[in-house]
Amino acid sequence: MALVPGVVKGLGVTFGEIVKTVTKGAETVQYPHEKEDPVPRARGVIALHEGNCTACMLCARECPDWCIYIEGHKELAPPRRAGGKPRQVNKLDRFDIDYGLCMYCGICVEVCPFEALFWTPEFEYSEPKIADLLHDKTRLGQWMETVPDFEPYESGAEVKAKKVPRP
Amino acid sequence: MTLALAVELAYWQETIIKLVLAFVAVLIPAGGTVYLYLFKMVSFMQSRLGPMEAGPYGSLQLLAEVGKSAQKEDIFPEKADRFVFGAAPYVVLMSTFLLVLVIPFGPDALFADFDTGVFLALAVSSISVIGILMAGWASASKYSLLGGLRAAGQLIAYELPLVLAVVGVVIQAGTLSLQGIVSAQIDGAIFGWGALGNPFILTQILGFLIFLIAVQAELTQVPFDMPIAESELVSGYMTEYSGFRFLMFFIAEFATANIFAFLGAVLFLGGWSVPPFIPELFGIDPYSNVFNFIGPLVMGAKMLLLTFIIYWVRFTYPRFREDQLQTFAWKYLIPLALINISVTGLLKVVF
Repeated sequence: MALVPGVVKGLGVTFGEIVKTVTKGAETVQYPHEKEDPVPRARGVIALHEGNCTACMLCARECPDWCIYIEGHKELAPPRRAGGKPRQVNKLDRFDIDYGLCMYCGICVEVCPFEALFWTPEFEYSEPKIADLLHDKTRLGQWMETVPDFEPYESGAEVKAKKVPRP
Repeated sequence: MTLALAVELAYWQETIIKLVLAFVAVLIPAGGTVYLYLFKMVSFMQSRLGPMEAGPYGSLQLLAEVGKSAQKEDIFPEKADRFVFGAAPYVVLMSTFLLVLVIPFGPDALFADFDTGVFLALAVSSISVIGILMAGWASASKYSLLGGLRAAGQLIAYELPLVLAVVGVVIQAGTLSLQGIVSAQIDGAIFGWGALGNPFILTQILGFLIFLIAVQAELTQVPFDMPIAESELVSGYMTEYSGFRFLMFFIAEFATANIFAFLGAVLFLGGWSVPPFIPELFGIDPYSNVFNFIGPLVMGAKMLLLTFIIYWVRFTYPRFREDQLQTFAWKYLIPLALINISVTGLLKVVF
């Protein structure tokens, strides 16, 4: 008998929720028709800024899923100063991320010392075939347009917020 | 039936019309309440909108679900008892369709007028236990067997309070006929004041509550869903069913909810009648022919009210443990129902 007030209260909670949904609208949105703004620093897809990549393989080696494939070759670039020795640089041949394997941990983005990888909030890239989830470097490069600017740090911070490389 | 249409029909014509109407009386309310309550109300309770894409406000979603189930393969497990396995959904569904027979929707709008309608309804509703046991046993699956046995134990335990709760109404009305119970509520008076009639919910409120709880258990709805416990038994006796046979279990479950709501409306809320002061206002007899057409609508409204309570409870509470469930029936509901009967009988003799 002591349980009866709680039982009635429980019915009140669900009924109150019905009234709230009918009068004030639901918490959810009807997805394809209306979209929610992504939260700051949302992890949708990883974009690649090819110019910054040195094919150092750090991201591929740190990736827990081994979903990054990098191939590169060495090339001689013209010297910086006149009369100098030609420089040896790494040229990127292939940079693929398999989003069928990726678990969106973001370690590759954090570990990249050359600011070549960025998070973007885009998430609508599902495919009927799982093989199509392998994004090559052109596709990853196209995501660069969608990278939002880094939010400024709170006032008094010693480090300045990083800048996203724009073309 | 003949009076309502004011045409004399041959027996076979009447039978065909009744057959079609029985399907309408079972399937339309079932579809309506599933959409209204199972799809929409539960979504609102969880602060979401539910199906919105199929038809206006998702009203055709149910057709999509039925179509999806109907086109799926009808799988028989390898070790299943094929005949019993195949027959079980029909047995369960049959009990639903037999139940609708006894329910009066108007002074003449009924399928069959039995002198012992209450008795028949309660007896027929127990047939579904056999179907559930058949399904559980024939599936050759541990989950199904456990679910079937739990269902049998629960349905037998809650059949008793259900019957005993109704006995109070029968004593007060002095008849076992459902039509008789309705007219007892129209002609009755509360201390000589007859404007509202005497809906038995006022005098039998305890019986009404026990009836609602027992119906919830009979339907194996949450909080009494131990037999079909999703998270541990994977839908119990329905585990091995797929396609159209699963759909039949599904229809039987929700149609039976409506039929029990109809039954509750007849027993406690005055059935197809409206409070007698309303017909008096328009100067018509409360038993007149008009009620053959208004009656089904009134019954529909009362059914919606009762099913609302059933689904409201269903989506509010967590599940009972098996021993709590049995204790609740045998130690609390049955003694309460017995007290209700004896007090009703005593007062019936006194007044």
